[in-house]
Formats: sequence, C-alpha cells, structure tokens
Amino acid sequence: MKVVVDEEKCVAAGQCVNAAMDVFDQRDEDGIVVLLDENPPAELAEDVRNAAAICPALAIRIEE
Amino acid sequence: MAEAETRLAPDEQAYFYQDDRDAKCPFAPPPGLRALNEKAPVTRVRIWDGSTPWLVTGHAAQRAILSDPRVSSDDKRPGFPYPNHVMAESAPHHPLTIFNADGADHTRIRRMMTRPFTRPRMEALRPSIQEFTDELIDRMLAGPKPADLVTAVSLPLPSLMICVLLGVPYADHDFFQEHAQWATRSDKTVEQQNAANAALGGYLANLLQKKMEEPAEDVLSDFAARIKDGDLTLPEAVMLSMILLIAGHETSSSMITLGTALLLDNPGQLANLREIDDTKAVANAVEEILRYLTVPQLGQRRIAAEDFEFEGAEIKAGDGIIAALPAGNWDPEAFPEPEKLDLTRKASHHVAFGWGIHQCLGQQLARIELQVVYGTLYRRVPTLRLAVDRDELDFRPADALAFGISELPVTW
Repeated sequence: MKVVVDEEKCVAAGQCVNAAMDVFDQRDEDGIVVLLDENPPAELAEDVRNAAAICPALAIRIEE
Repeated sequence: MAEAETRLAPDEQAYFYQDDRDAKCPFAPPPGLRALNEKAPVTRVRIWDGSTPWLVTGHAAQRAILSDPRVSSDDKRPGFPYPNHVMAESAPHHPLTIFNADGADHTRIRRMMTRPFTRPRMEALRPSIQEFTDELIDRMLAGPKPADLVTAVSLPLPSLMICVLLGVPYADHDFFQEHAQWATRSDKTVEQQNAANAALGGYLANLLQKKMEEPAEDVLSDFAARIKDGDLTLPEAVMLSMILLIAGHETSSSMITLGTALLLDNPGQLANLREIDDTKAVANAVEEILRYLTVPQLGQRRIAAEDFEFEGAEIKAGDGIIAALPAGNWDPEAFPEPEKLDLTRKASHHVAFGWGIHQCLGQQLARIELQVVYGTLYRRVPTLRLAVDRDELDFRPADALAFGISELPVTW
C-alpha cells in the first residue's frame, strides 16, 4: 500500500490523525497533513483506508 | 428567475423544509426529511421565501455535492437558499469569511485559522478539559437539586475552552453568551441580530487592539500580529474572531445537553458507556451520538456555479442547494437501522461536522470536550436522571440553526 497526500487540497480537519495516527500527523503552523509513513504496514491498512474515506477534502489517495 | 424554472414538477410534493420534529421521537430528524430520502437522494423543495432549491438528503450524495467544485458557498449570488429572512437581508453586507469563500480565497482564510485547532494541540488540552469538567461536576453536586445541566456543565465547558484558545477573558462570559445566542436563533429580527453583532464586534475590536500592544499565546494575538503585518484588516480579524467565539459556544453545548437527554432515554446504552474504560471506545461512542443528533440541523447551504447533472437531477447555474445533514446521518444506505442508537457502531463517516472544504474547523476540540464529558459525567453521577418528564423538555424547532434544548433539569 502506498499513500499519497495532496497538501494543496488539505483543509486541516484532522480526520486522518483520528483514523491512523501512526501514519498521519498535522503540521504545527497550519494543521496541514504530514505523511509519517508512505508505505504503512498491512495491519494499519484498514485504518489508512478509513482515513482516506473520511478526509473531507479528498486529499488522501491510496495506491494498492 | 422565471416561474417555470422554480415550479415543482406535478409529481413532486411541496415540502416545507421547516417541517417540525415528531414529538414522540424528538431526537430523530423531522420525519418529512426521511420520507423524502426514501423517494430520492436529491429532490426539489419549497423553502420559506417560496424558492425551490434542491434538497440533498442521501449520505453519499451529500458527500459528493459538498466536495464538488461546481458548487459555491458564495452567499451573494442571486438564488442562494438562505435559511431565513435575517440572513437573506444581511448577506449583501457580509464580508468574505471562512463560510462564504470558495477555492483559493477559502484556503487563504482557513489556513489563518487552523493552527490552534489541530488534533495534536487539542489532545494536549485534554488534561485541562478533564480538570475543568471535574470542577464543574463537583460544583453541580455541591449545589441544590435539581440542577440545570446547561448552566452547570454544557455551556460553561465549551465557553471556557474557546475563551482560553482565543484569549478572551472568561469573566466577560455573561456579556458574550447573551450576544452569541442570537446567531443560532430563528425567532429574531434584523435589528436584534445587528445589535448583537455590533456589541460583540466592538468588544472583539477592543481586545484585538489590546493584543497588538500586549500579545499572548492565543488566537486573537495571532490575528493581531497578522493585522500588524498587513495580512488581515481589523474588520476581517473581528469577523474571524466572532465566528470562532460563536461557533465555539452553541454547538458543543447542545451536544452535551442533547447527548445526555438521549442517553438517559437509552438506559442500556448509557450503562454500557459507563462501563467503558477505553478512550478509543468512548471516542467511537461520541461519533455515534454526533451522527444520531446532528446538531447543525438547517443544512449546508450552497449554490450551483454552473449547469450539471447530479443523481438524475438537472441542476442549473444559480440553483440553490441544501444538504440536509440530519437526513444524511439517518440514511439507511450508510447507517443500517439508523434509528437505533448503537454506541459500538462504526459511524466516523457521519456528516455532523459537514463535509468538503468547509467541514467544521473546531471539530477536534468538540470531540475531546465530548469524550471527556461523556466519559466522566455519567460515571461520576451514576444516578443522574431527568428531574422532569421528557415531554416537558423544550426541544428547539427544526428551523433553528442548531438543534438543542434550552434547559435540562437533572437530579441524582
């Protein structure tokens, strides 16, 4: 699984951090998404898919 | 707009979006909304001013329309479906804000406001939220019975937290709570709304000027620094501060009050919640209660910026669009048996905070406040119960901006 984030689209809602905090964080100065692990392990795959599904700005893409 | 364009098709019922809740199921969305969704996820409805915007009730359709760049939030476009006449009259005077800006303008304004509300910053606030919640419960338990949960816990907690974040002295809370409430009421005149805005605006302008001279670690000081740097004008900073102050009050407060009434009405679920000793499970329960109650009940208001086809509807540029969030959160396609409150349900895809680029800025603050209150109050006061019959509770009508109950008399 490969995760791609689009900083331009991100609106800093923080939903991805709720869903998968080992994979996503927020930049302190403006809350924009920070990708901690672009190839997350299989056990986090479901959380990461959920993060992409609940990102309100559709800023997370997953390449399987 | 020509009459032919606004007339409902013969097979479509005129549905007044203000149709009220079912007194027997006061927590549920108005039954008319759910009936519409059974027919189609997108329908034409007639609203208070006689216009006929599209009403989007389906969960998937709401998420699609609210993230569609062909749809605008610009409330100055003719045809915008205002929730009431006060908003219709004031819209021409609205400055550009986080609510009515699109695209790059929206990104610029939103990014100025996001810093204090990130999930990691809110998580760091959890201990203070816990401490203050405990203090409020102590005070309630030491005081007379019955107590009003709104004045004892629901309002002071979010009010204090938003004050701490903004750098607004909490000692002034009587003043701004009184003026903030007008923003969410439907029974107001333009004069009342203008007077409240002027009072709050003057107050915040003074505070911003003080922060320019003596900055601290708070949002108003951030705005004050941006005014000095020429990134923001004083009126813009006043408007952004007012939005945060007002939004920080009613919504979380309503969720604490309504959530408690709902749980007391579902003793089995409440008993389960009391037993949970795991922040993740409490967080999950909060998402389900958010789904169930959907406090922003008037719906997200938008306008089509161009012609397009959507879910079988021929949407034209200038058509109003309303995403009725409570209906989306009770769409059986997304949440099977939506009328069943199930705190173990996976509900994080709800739209209680809206969807798309305008999704609630303060949602992580709200979540942690709710997690702390729901995780503390019922455990510390296991005999908590309503001090009146449920029928006597004063549920706000469905045309109020935020769903709520003005008073919740409780005893223990």
